[in-house]
Amino acid sequence: MMDFLQRLGVKSLGVLERLGRGTVFFFNILVSVPSVLVRPRLLFAQMYSVGVLSFSLIVISGLFVGMVLALQGFYTLSDFGAEGMLGVMVAASLVRELGPVVAALLFAGRAGSALTAEIGLMKATEQLSGMEMMAVDPVARIITPRFLAGLLSMPLLASLFSAIGVLGGYFIGVGLLGIDEGGYWSQMQAKIDFSEDILNGLIKSVVFGLVVTWIAVFEGYDAVPTSEGVSRATTQTVVHSAFAVLLLDFILTALMFGDN
Amino acid sequence: MYISRSIEILVGLFVAIGFVALFFLSMQVSNLSSINGDAGYNIKGHFSNIGSLKVRAPVSMAGVNIGRVTAIEFDAQSFEAVVTMSIESKYNELPSDTSASILTAGLLGEQYVGLEPGGEDEPLKEGSKLELTQSALVLEQIIGQFLFSNNTKEENQ
Repeated sequence: MMDFLQRLGVKSLGVLERLGRGTVFFFNILVSVPSVLVRPRLLFAQMYSVGVLSFSLIVISGLFVGMVLALQGFYTLSDFGAEGMLGVMVAASLVRELGPVVAALLFAGRAGSALTAEIGLMKATEQLSGMEMMAVDPVARIITPRFLAGLLSMPLLASLFSAIGVLGGYFIGVGLLGIDEGGYWSQMQAKIDFSEDILNGLIKSVVFGLVVTWIAVFEGYDAVPTSEGVSRATTQTVVHSAFAVLLLDFILTALMFGDN
Repeated sequence: MYISRSIEILVGLFVAIGFVALFFLSMQVSNLSSINGDAGYNIKGHFSNIGSLKVRAPVSMAGVNIGRVTAIEFDAQSFEAVVTMSIESKYNELPSDTSASILTAGLLGEQYVGLEPGGEDEPLKEGSKLELTQSALVLEQIIGQFLFSNNTKEENQ
């Protein structure tokens, strides 16, 4: 019994300690943001590997999610003779929920894991300590550009996901199922509010971008510097990001849309 | 770290497409394009019951949208709901005895304010109060009245 309690205590203390280290690390990143903004070229290179390389994945997934939403939504809405509301349904679910959430999950799988593996391997091959030897701050040089790139890319990718999804819904709804084209857009414009829906979705995607990239760079930086440790860290990035995104999504949704 | 020109171009393209997507969402998908900077003028109406009327509900005359509900308050003196409506400033010649009623779009649709023009020469102005208002139809009340009137008929017979 005592052994069990002790193991539990050790586990909890370990979690707390990691949270603490993660927070300190986060503030280290924030402190070194100005030094990256002075040299934006570091940021561009990371925007390429984080944002541009996720581009095709986001576009294709967004298209198919929008098309599936239209097909399934039509099935339910046609029971009520409300096919005209299909545009509203597709746009509202994409802009409010699916755009930010699915884009963040894909982003964690595509870019987050790559960030962790890259930074973890740098640590395992002692490149990070090498930099410290040369009086180059690895956080400012390696971590912060990646963090900023993730933070900036995520809202763009989420908007892209939603926009492509709405177009996918349009192709299926108007092209295949024969819904009135004018109705699809006008109902959408009447129901979707800019500040209520689009801005709140954008805020969500910024929060998700922050959390996913933070988890990714921290897991890499904190990885056990062995090949096994790097592989564990990569797995944990995806798992923790998915948990964090879904949990935060619930909290944000309750705060933003809970009162209507 | 050397960054080739093509990578920079791709990053620029990525950012540009991201912003185009956001622009598309705000203009084509949301109502941002229909909100014009023109604030219009505000008129008020006192209703004894507004049903489930919401802020931002449309205000229409002859079926055409001419404004929006901007605020709904409760007047603690008269126990009525005060609905503030913003009317587009190009419709500035509505007669001052215009009447307002709360209607429902379709059987289950959302509620909106319908205006009926009156016959006065003087137009509505900023802050005008609509004198003639008709409350929302509340289904329970109608059913209640219907049952009540049936009962009284039977008693009379």
